[in-house]
Amino acid sequence: MKENILRGKVHKLGDDINTDYIISGRYKFKTLDNQELAKHLLEDIYPDFYQKISPGDFIVAGENFGCGSSREQAPLAIKYAGIGAVLARSFARIFYRNAINVGLPIIITQTEKINENDTLIINLSKGSITISNQGKTLPIDPFPPEILKIIETGGLVEYFKKYRGWTF
Amino acid sequence: MGMTISEKILAAHSGKDKVKPGEFVLVKVDLAFANDITAPIGIEKFKQWGIRKVFDREKVALIPDHFTPNRDIKAAQQCLLMRRFAREYGIKNYFEVGTCGIEHVFLPERGFIAPGDVVIGADSHTCTHGALGAFSCGVGSTDFAAVMATGEIWLKVPPTIKFVYKGELPAWTTAKDLILYTIGDIGVDGATYMSMEFTGPVISQLPISGRLTICNMAVEAGAKNGIIAPDKVTLDYINGRVKKSYRVYQSDPDAVFVDVKEYRVEEIEPQVACPPLPSRTRAVSDVRDVKIDQVVIGSCTNGHLEDLKVAAAVLSGKKIHPDVRAIVIPATPQIYLEALKQGIIQIFVEAGAVVGPPTCGPCLGGHMGVLAEGEVAVATTNRNFVGRMGHPKSQVYLANPAVAAASAVKGRIAHPGEVY
Repeated sequence: MKENILRGKVHKLGDDINTDYIISGRYKFKTLDNQELAKHLLEDIYPDFYQKISPGDFIVAGENFGCGSSREQAPLAIKYAGIGAVLARSFARIFYRNAINVGLPIIITQTEKINENDTLIINLSKGSITISNQGKTLPIDPFPPEILKIIETGGLVEYFKKYRGWTF
Repeated sequence: MGMTISEKILAAHSGKDKVKPGEFVLVKVDLAFANDITAPIGIEKFKQWGIRKVFDREKVALIPDHFTPNRDIKAAQQCLLMRRFAREYGIKNYFEVGTCGIEHVFLPERGFIAPGDVVIGADSHTCTHGALGAFSCGVGSTDFAAVMATGEIWLKVPPTIKFVYKGELPAWTTAKDLILYTIGDIGVDGATYMSMEFTGPVISQLPISGRLTICNMAVEAGAKNGIIAPDKVTLDYINGRVKKSYRVYQSDPDAVFVDVKEYRVEEIEPQVACPPLPSRTRAVSDVRDVKIDQVVIGSCTNGHLEDLKVAAAVLSGKKIHPDVRAIVIPATPQIYLEALKQGIIQIFVEAGAVVGPPTCGPCLGGHMGVLAEGEVAVATTNRNFVGRMGHPKSQVYLANPAVAAASAVKGRIAHPGEVY
């Protein structure tokens, strides 16, 4: 199987980044246009965020990333903005589920060792993160096998298309 | 070793005798619901799978409550998509504006929630329904679609923190203050992935409306679900509402809790959660110098009849401060009607408040009371994040209905005792 490797630059955020900050409730009805939604990513707290990111870049945060509402637009806006993965010390549970379901890679790791503008090489298949400018490697908390299957299929929509139901 | 109420419900719904925290289980769902924001995305995914019918037409509910009555063309399109889907797939429990109201108040009111149920809702405040002894948790739209397709969902069994409330509630301290105080104590991630089980003599004395308020905000501490074991108050409430058979579960005496928190409630003054987090709680008397522009009384947290009653008691014979707009939103048509019959609506209107139709509206900055730059609101809602009710430079203070009403009269954050 082809190794799943992501490369990009780090945009560092703090703790408790909630879904209202990720994408404000004001834009929820732009849901059918995810590209439009993506332009407003994090704008209430970082007005130029969308302009600053390049495809494949990473969001790296602290504790409790994605707390707040259940809106799936939050991981969708991140995904459509071109973010390759979100790394955090912990995630709010609904965001965690939604990210898995929409096929946005999310990684639980010790993010305090990662700095703004670091370059990361993430090997999802092997479960490792290399901070190339620091020459450091971090382990990734592995997903349970049942969940890994959903992620590897590209999200729940693809998973249901392929398996026609749960494979638990 | 015993099990907690949440573990027992998950075991019973996954065909197991026993489950333990951390275990992944595939669970049968008794009710799945979504609203005008979350359902359309779920419906779109459901249709991509080419599935012809939902798992059970009686066990799916679609409730247009967030941006209804339709605030603009986009909202109208979303509702239309939902309505057409409900007709096409024969969804029994689709409700129009005027017959439903806010989902988390409407569903228990109409007997959709029974003790021992597993309830999955595409809305974060789905944890509300644990107040009736159900395991109820919020998910996103794709998970909702998967439940509509299969009637099942994967869940990780959460560890449980037990919260015990003892003592006599002081005047004007309500269920809202207990949960705000608790979130202030443990933080917005204090119960991430966990179950919060609320117990003790103070909880036993709360009516269902107060229990719903407490469980409603469990998610603001990151919890997967909030739950209160059913007792006589619960059974009296569901009697005549719930038409199906149900099972009552209790935590075993030797159930394992990851933590037990005990609170003496005598010390708990009415609380105010300062912007921008529900955990930034202060006693109301510490924040009395904050001038305000708007008050909102309503939402899935505090739009119950009992909430309107207490606000009306404070506002009776008073006038809203000339610098303040006060917006009152009964959570459901039935509450609206009852408030009308009891003269509560009249008190609000005479005081100079505007009474709006049942909707989530202003709570999430949707409509019916959006804040401008620099404006400050006291709201009985559940979130005070940056930009939650409008402009990113507006601010929201969360409080109970009596504090909100007193603040509306004073034009600043006020203790109900200052007005009543």
